[in-house]
Amino acid sequence: MQANLRVRRFDPEAPEPSARMQDYQIEVPEHFTVLDALIQVREEDDPSLALRCSCRASICGSCAMRVNGQARLACKTRLTAVAPEGETVIIEPMGNQRVVKDLVVDLALFWNKIRAVEPYLQPAGPEPEDEYIASNESMLNLLTPMGCIMCGACVSDCTALEVDENFLGPAALAKAYRFIADPRDGASRERLTTLNEYGGVWDCTRCYMCVEVCPTGVAPMDRIMELRDSVMREIGTTTPGARHIESFARSVARSGWLDETMLAVDSWGRFNLPKLISQAPLGIRALMRGKLPKPWPLHHKRPGAEFVGRIFKRWESNKP
Amino acid sequence: MKYAFYPGCVSRGGTPELYTSTIAIAGKLGIELEEIIGASCTGAGVLQEKGLKLGDTLNARTFAMAERLGLTTILNICSTCQGVMAQANQRLLADADYLAEINKELEPEGLEYTGRVVIKHLAWVIVEEVGLDALKALVTNPLPGLKAAPFYGCYILRPSSALGLDQNPGREQYLERIIEACGAEPVNFPGRLKCCGFPIMLINERNSMKMVADHTISAKEHGADCMVTPCPLCHLNLDGQQPNAAAKAGRKIGVPILHLPQLIGLAMGFSAKELGMHQHIVSTKTIIEKASVRV
Ligand code: SF4
Ligand code: SF4
Ligand code: FES
Repeated sequence: MQANLRVRRFDPEAPEPSARMQDYQIEVPEHFTVLDALIQVREEDDPSLALRCSCRASICGSCAMRVNGQARLACKTRLTAVAPEGETVIIEPMGNQRVVKDLVVDLALFWNKIRAVEPYLQPAGPEPEDEYIASNESMLNLLTPMGCIMCGACVSDCTALEVDENFLGPAALAKAYRFIADPRDGASRERLTTLNEYGGVWDCTRCYMCVEVCPTGVAPMDRIMELRDSVMREIGTTTPGARHIESFARSVARSGWLDETMLAVDSWGRFNLPKLISQAPLGIRALMRGKLPKPWPLHHKRPGAEFVGRIFKRWESNKP
Repeated sequence: MKYAFYPGCVSRGGTPELYTSTIAIAGKLGIELEEIIGASCTGAGVLQEKGLKLGDTLNARTFAMAERLGLTTILNICSTCQGVMAQANQRLLADADYLAEINKELEPEGLEYTGRVVIKHLAWVIVEEVGLDALKALVTNPLPGLKAAPFYGCYILRPSSALGLDQNPGREQYLERIIEACGAEPVNFPGRLKCCGFPIMLINERNSMKMVADHTISAKEHGADCMVTPCPLCHLNLDGQQPNAAAKAGRKIGVPILHLPQLIGLAMGFSAKELGMHQHIVSTKTIIEKASVRV
């Protein structure tokens, strides 16, 4: 079959380096992956095409790139899956990272973030005589984050990183979870304290992009949500993010539905006067257009709200 | 066609125009809506951070209420409610013991969820059940020359495994199809599938405002007259925070943000007032003029 590839090229050594798209039309067998096709281009048509790969079997994590706008492992993506009718396949380097050449990006940002979460065991207390013993069950929830092959796909497409390079990002936070949830680690509290700060767990937008693109099912966002819960238990509700969750729960437990106005006030802090004043123009604009929701105590209860309240109470009392 | 209608908290709070415009077009589309009275908030992904089981219990309660109405499809007008419900349903249906455990919590209210509910967004109902041809037949005021940039946001497409995108790959393009059916022109732009920034608006305002500015500016630079969204939370941020975002970005933006049913309503010839177009923060005047509907 014919494969139509449109590849983003960038040559840093060109007299005036700038990115451009280049089309390749090649004849390939039906079972070819995007990576197979790119390698064929490099071997038969254009030896100047730069790309990174090694295992060709979705193990090493080297070949992540954007295919039709989404980060994927090129070796795990069949051409027929992304271009069933022989459409043009758009191939670009990963996002959120500096392009070195063509499809190769500089992974410094990725590795710096992984390093920042101290990705090694820090046991507490004196060393045991033999090995550290951990029960089978206590290690089961580490299996998902341990599946990470460090490909960088999640970092490429993370919408929070795109606006703020300070965010630790999905891969590093999933890695942090891996150690915090490890029963042999003794530094969980310190780790959670760091993650409670700017750039940590609260800056994730919950956009599901990392869950969608991760080729090994790490689901970094789900790990981040578990970390938020741990932060709230261990450190307390000290941040706007944590207050946001508490206020949300309070209003639904009380009335069955969300009190949007109180949610804003509580998240900023009820006594945070400068913030409240700075947001007044927005409140007035909304009020003038008949869309400022009435806050507690004017926020009315939904019918059956007492049953919703009961569900909350039972859930609280059954919590481990 | 009759549906169990879940308007969500925000269409009853911060974006009343979404509720008004939905009711307006539903009648014409032959969509009969029976509101699930007493349904709680879905948790919006926020209560799910406290605990999945808490959120799943609240949603199972809503599903059971829909079943009690004798209805099996819940129609959502908020992507976030839609996505959160779809994920809850997936977990409840995957594990009979879990469902039984949760049903115990619903007993005092006399409710039981038997697992028959299907969760759909208004956009899906329009394309899959009403049909685009039927929609086109109702377009009495086509909108040629109106360039609309579809802004999907997150929860109507991700995680795809919970949203039936494998069986219905077309769902990734429904907004474009509906915009075309209204006689308008869809505009592709880089922000199409990204996050609007609403979930971190109260947490990291700077980042949230940057997202609003990036997406609205890029839609504008790609020639859009307006953006269209299936999610009122995206609307709260892209419309409500646009003046702030513009001030922070140090430039004018002024891109009107339409709720999906407002766009459809314009093409059906409803007046701007009937669609709540005057309730936006960013003026919709240019769109009302382009659509030449009554003010
Ligand atoms: S869910 Fe959070 S971590 Fe994952 S891509 Fe979105 S913002 Fe980034
Ligand atoms: S979490 Fe998934 S997407 Fe991110 S680096 Fe690891 S394997 Fe790749
Ligand atoms: S080449 Fe190793 S993962 Fe693709």
